[in-house]
Amino acid sequence: MSVEVRIPTILRTFTRGEKAVHGDGATLQEVLDDIDTRNPGLKERIVESAALRRFVNVYVNDEDVRFTGGLNAPTSDGDVVVVLPAVAGG
Amino acid sequence: MHRGTRSIAPSLTGVLKIAREHVSAIIAHARDDHPDEACGVIVGPEGSDVPTRLVRMINADRSPTFFRFEPQEQFALYKQMSTAGEEIVVVYHSHTATEAYPSRTDISLASEPQAHYVIVSTAESSATDGPVSVRSFRIVDGAVTEEEIDVTE
Repeated sequence: MSVEVRIPTILRTFTRGEKAVHGDGATLQEVLDDIDTRNPGLKERIVESAALRRFVNVYVNDEDVRFTGGLNAPTSDGDVVVVLPAVAGG
Repeated sequence: MHRGTRSIAPSLTGVLKIAREHVSAIIAHARDDHPDEACGVIVGPEGSDVPTRLVRMINADRSPTFFRFEPQEQFALYKQMSTAGEEIVVVYHSHTATEAYPSRTDISLASEPQAHYVIVSTAESSATDGPVSVRSFRIVDGAVTEEEIDVTE
């Protein structure tokens, strides 16, 4: 068991086209650190200056992590993390 | 009123095939929300490049110069698409004071490489029945490529 992280199309260049990757960790930060070891560069597209990038939305089990601790949001085996770049512009 | 252009000869750029009712719905949405920017998507079966279902999205910024899908609504859309095997085929939004061409912000934030980015400008018409322009683009890695729009009945 581990945490499943769903990867948006634009970031699948970091996962060899995989739509989802798996990682271990008790927090979102730890999971992202773990998957970055096998998918180098992925974390940097989600995290900037030790915080979530402003135009990336991350959900753990359907909860927007901005309301549940951000990178410190707790994770456990079987959780599903969804990464969704904000659809935005000017 | 926008008139559909037909691609007679293949060109370097692609073509967006889109139903007339969807073009009309995008224009109607842009007029409804003018002077704020309107935004939404047309989703379709994954990998098909066929836009079938239009969804109006809330502009969380309610701004005349910026748009952002409301994060909970975008997540709900994601869940629906995952269940139905769909993806975003068209991302549309309006420009209410400028031309229908991607702004610097549009280019830097574009994150759906498989999508057609449709922009409608209500700068000339405001919320009335006056002329609007509708144009379609690909935005990939900061590069903008305009494409033809083939309106189907």
